[in-house]
Amino acid sequence: MGFKRNPKLAVWKFASCDGCQLSLLDCEDELLDVVGAVDIAYFPEASREYVKGPYDVSLVEGSITTAHDIKRIKRIRKESKFLITIGACATSGGIQALKNYKNVEDFISIVYARPDYIDTLDTSTPIGDHIPVDFELRGCPINKMQLVEVISAFVFGRKPNVPHHSVCLECKLKGNPCVMVAHGTPCMGPITHAGCDALCTAYNRGCFGCYGPMETPNTSSLSRRWQEHLNVSSDDLVRAFRGFNTYAEAFRKESEAHDRPRQEV
Amino acid sequence: MTAPAKKSKKEKPPRRIKVDYLARVEGEGGLRVKIRNEKVQDVKLDIFEPPRFFEAFMHERRFTEAPDITARICGICPVAYQMSSCHAMEDACGVKLDGPIRELRRLLYCGEWIESHVLHVYMLHAPDFLGYESAIHLAADHPDPVKRGLALKKIGNDIVNIVGGREIHPINVRLGGFYRAPTKKELSVLVPRLEMARDMTIDTIRWVATLDFPDLEPDYEFVALRHPDEYPFNEGRLVSSKGLDFPIEEFYDHIEEVHVEHSNALHSRVKERGAYFVGPQARYSLNYDQLTPLCKEMAEEIGLGKVCRNPFKSIVVRSIETLYAVEEALRIIGSYEYPDKPYVEVEPKAGFGHGCTEAPRGILYHRYQIDEQGLIRDARIVPPTAQNQMRVEEDLVEFIQKNLELPQEDLTWKCEQAIRNYDPCISCATHFLKLDLERE
Repeated sequence: MGFKRNPKLAVWKFASCDGCQLSLLDCEDELLDVVGAVDIAYFPEASREYVKGPYDVSLVEGSITTAHDIKRIKRIRKESKFLITIGACATSGGIQALKNYKNVEDFISIVYARPDYIDTLDTSTPIGDHIPVDFELRGCPINKMQLVEVISAFVFGRKPNVPHHSVCLECKLKGNPCVMVAHGTPCMGPITHAGCDALCTAYNRGCFGCYGPMETPNTSSLSRRWQEHLNVSSDDLVRAFRGFNTYAEAFRKESEAHDRPRQEV
Repeated sequence: MTAPAKKSKKEKPPRRIKVDYLARVEGEGGLRVKIRNEKVQDVKLDIFEPPRFFEAFMHERRFTEAPDITARICGICPVAYQMSSCHAMEDACGVKLDGPIRELRRLLYCGEWIESHVLHVYMLHAPDFLGYESAIHLAADHPDPVKRGLALKKIGNDIVNIVGGREIHPINVRLGGFYRAPTKKELSVLVPRLEMARDMTIDTIRWVATLDFPDLEPDYEFVALRHPDEYPFNEGRLVSSKGLDFPIEEFYDHIEEVHVEHSNALHSRVKERGAYFVGPQARYSLNYDQLTPLCKEMAEEIGLGKVCRNPFKSIVVRSIETLYAVEEALRIIGSYEYPDKPYVEVEPKAGFGHGCTEAPRGILYHRYQIDEQGLIRDARIVPPTAQNQMRVEEDLVEFIQKNLELPQEDLTWKCEQAIRNYDPCISCATHFLKLDLERE
């Protein structure tokens, strides 16, 4: 369908590192073209200007960690025709979802001198747990070229061309030698969502899952391979699945399968 | 956000300046200023970025994971987090790097400084001086400088890309060095682009020097790293303009984090003295002698002294430092030799390790305790924006007092500009600053 006039774009931030929205400013060659095709109505990292909603496309970065943010995301949903979540925090709860496995009171007292000042929920959850989301773009951080693709797709009313297969497939397409077979390096590539263009393996390093689980990943098979052939301990398996996408269901369940009862922090 | 309900018996209603959501900074923050009888009563820089508890969830993670995990504190300066955490862990394990690996780390940092400084100079700070809401608005009237900024920023990002694997949260950094060292050929493609960047940076310095700088020169205590042989990135002692000079492992002997009643936020300060100031101006003023001849020549040409105390001129100092980073990158690439091995082994050793490096915004201190298996037992991270927060508030009191005659809207914008002088990175600061309960 597409838009008759330049669509109004808004960029929103929740609990995050700002890196995914920075990706838009990192599109040095494309930025002025993108800005020519959309009206940036709200993007506080880049502009003081604030144009009221409704918005045609909202990009949402970050996870939900406070009660206030639940209200805020619901309001943003009402004001947005299309709502796209960008990055691991928004699509899976991010690294900060590690607190979901712990007692949050203990966490607060480790970091803050005055725990009574801290207003936070017990969990860090993805945006999609609270509102319907039109498209999820994965990655910690997202791939900026995929971001440009997703924005153009919504502007022109077509489906974004973003593959859902594994990093392992990207790696084969790229012709990288398999780090797991050739070097015995544990690699999460076989179960991790594509999008990085098999970056880590090109640098002689195992994938550490920063794009989260692919569609229907066989996590237990990978764990077995790591344990039986690469001598990876249960504790290290738990750590591997409790990374930047720890609360994505497939990773969470696999981590719980290897987590033995342990002392609280 | 609303101010606390205080009953006033004064005859005149207080004047307020309120910025609910600071734009063009990284993260979520606001400003509240209360003025009564033409005197600035209170300045509060509110941080309502939600806390993410990094120091807590580092517990029981492997020491090798620290660079990747702490990078996620900040998408703007992930390299700084990777560098400080690597140095801290290597310190705990008794490893010291030299040769090409040490040089590659400096090169990676050059890339981050260029990318972060240019982002701030062109996209976040310059629009204030020229009266535009953003660089996008600025580009509509003046496309050339914005295009120059984008091209320059891209060169910084390209360095991080080649050495680190990607611009945001690089994947190639590990304890002891890198997973894979770039070849001479891979780096040599950067040379002609960096030579072009040198010219563009000179144009940038001349361009920012023409801006109009409000008058403000507080008596700062600058704090920065100082190294005997080089402008500081990864190593050195901590020195200050008021006589501090100590090794980084004594950080907590000289710096304390205190609760200040008026702001309800934890602030860093020099023990028994008070606020201090980290970042480009501190580095420049304490390390001017280590700059390249061309940097000094440019500083002289535009009349920037050897010490720069006006925070509005941070845009000029960032531009000079960008030139330094461009020249340093050219020097490193010119003499680069491909290392035999891209990293040295780092075996865990129980104990404490300290790391302090110069993030684009100033010193970033990490301290870890690890056990003999290499599991993290304790983590402390002190980012630059948290260290500057007290200083920012003190500057604002002085600045607003001097400019009370301005109309409300102009004064509000000027206050925002004054905060942006420090290039605050609120995402970084938040894992220790208080969350504002008075929001809404």
